Amino acid sequence: MSRNGPIALTYHVLFVSFMLAPILVVCFVAFTPEGYLSFPTDRWSLRWFYAIAQYPEFISAFWRSLWLGAISSAIAVGISVPAALAIARYRFPGREAMTALFMSPLMIPHLVLGIAFLRFFTQIGLGGTFTGLVLSHIVVVIPFALRLTLASAVGLDRSIEHAAVSLGASESVVLRRITLPLVLPGLVSGWALAFINSFDEVTMTVFIAAPGTETLPVRMFLYIQDNIDPLVTSVSACVIAITVAALLVLDRAFGLERLLIGRSAGHGR
Amino acid sequence: MRAAPYLLCVPALVLFAGVVIVPLSMTVLLSFHDWGQYKGIEPVFILKNWHEVLSDSYFHEMFARTFRVAFFVTLLAALFGAPEAYILNRMRSPWRGIFLLVILGPLLISVVARTLGWALLFGGNSGLVNKALMGMGLISAPLPFMFTEVGVVVALTHVLMPYMVLAVWASLQRLDPQVENAAVALGAGPFTVLRRIVLPQVMPGILSGAVIVFALAASAFATPAIIGGRRLKVASTLAYDEFLNTLNWPLGAAVAVLLLLALIAVIWGANRLVERRYAQVFA
Repeated sequence: MSRNGPIALTYHVLFVSFMLAPILVVCFVAFTPEGYLSFPTDRWSLRWFYAIAQYPEFISAFWRSLWLGAISSAIAVGISVPAALAIARYRFPGREAMTALFMSPLMIPHLVLGIAFLRFFTQIGLGGTFTGLVLSHIVVVIPFALRLTLASAVGLDRSIEHAAVSLGASESVVLRRITLPLVLPGLVSGWALAFINSFDEVTMTVFIAAPGTETLPVRMFLYIQDNIDPLVTSVSACVIAITVAALLVLDRAFGLERLLIGRSAGHGR
Repeated sequence: MRAAPYLLCVPALVLFAGVVIVPLSMTVLLSFHDWGQYKGIEPVFILKNWHEVLSDSYFHEMFARTFRVAFFVTLLAALFGAPEAYILNRMRSPWRGIFLLVILGPLLISVVARTLGWALLFGGNSGLVNKALMGMGLISAPLPFMFTEVGVVVALTHVLMPYMVLAVWASLQRLDPQVENAAVALGAGPFTVLRRIVLPQVMPGILSGAVIVFALAASAFATPAIIGGRRLKVASTLAYDEFLNTLNWPLGAAVAVLLLLALIAVIWGANRLVERRYAQVFA
């Protein structure tokens, strides 16, 4: 493998600066001691981080986002596991179509989903409720949960299960003691990726969240629409810090590349 | 046991039938309903909204802007993302992983936080980008970035860049380094290797990345809403306004359905093109 020349490395440095600049700027401005947007030069201050405590709507939106992500990802994984086992193990008519259907929320613009859910939930009386948010978030995170559970279901060595059966284990014991523990890593990474995607979702949620059920990204978006001040930069800096921490843990545990590309992408071809 | 796979898929099927197919069908139906300031939504079947969306020059301009922005975002992402993926792929072990994390990581950071960063960088005449450009002597007067298409394109390119790098990176992983070495051994210069060996093989990756970036750019909401503001409307921000400010849901539904149809056509066409031209690569 040949090495990169000086031109390539210069390009790389510029590219990485471009990718990081807006993220770092938010974090810098959050430490300003002034009452307006400015870059802290000689003095740094945490005043805008303390100020978050005086805005309960950000705090409650944060907890709501956390619960929403945790619950909807857990249900999405729960639905994905049987579907992944079916897709990985059986060849049945409609298999391709079903896989495409379950992956379709990746292709449908979240804007269209948001509008569809707004209309649907208003009609059935779930408009602006937390239940509605959970249902809609299950739909948008299912592809992530399914992709990773499917990858681990495909990679499963069936001979271990056959061995258990030949040793007299019943079907439910095989499922509980052999199959589920073996797909567990895929399950956990699927849940984590689903959680992050739910936690960041804004385009669809902005349509269905009402005052009182706003998630953190929606609250931030609506705040920025009115005005941009150091408070929203400190909230964003906290969100960035939490995401980066989660990212590092995920990368250590599963490898980010595997998580994002997914090994099962080309399976069946 | 023939029914087993279907039984296992039942929970997911029920969810998708009830919470995806029904709402989407209702939205398509909604776009044919009538609406009035005082009477609200009337469940009749008329073509008024579709006629308005397809014939009014305001909507033409807005859809043209949406696809123009998406086109330039896709172009910039391919132009700058593909070389970076190649450079990344040639890096040595610890750096490769670190920079892959740095470049793909932003994908998982809130879009609102990333766009806020661009709003701060652009911000008025004193924005950091203008200061830097003037400091380098590239421009003499500050350029307007906020509330302009250029600003939306730059911010969206940043937001969607990881998808392009990811797609090209994935196709680079399938590349056999021996082919490159063979070309070098046969006397090809580095530029020839890049143009004749690497580029043709990663082209499907670039194209599939371009389809993803284009679809996401054309339907992006938070970034054009924050950087473009209320004056610079694209299809998604217009639909948002119709739904949550004007409350003309049927018209908003028509805009959204038209956007969806246009995107399906683009994705389908691009996939056909890729499959036909690069069938030998996939085979």
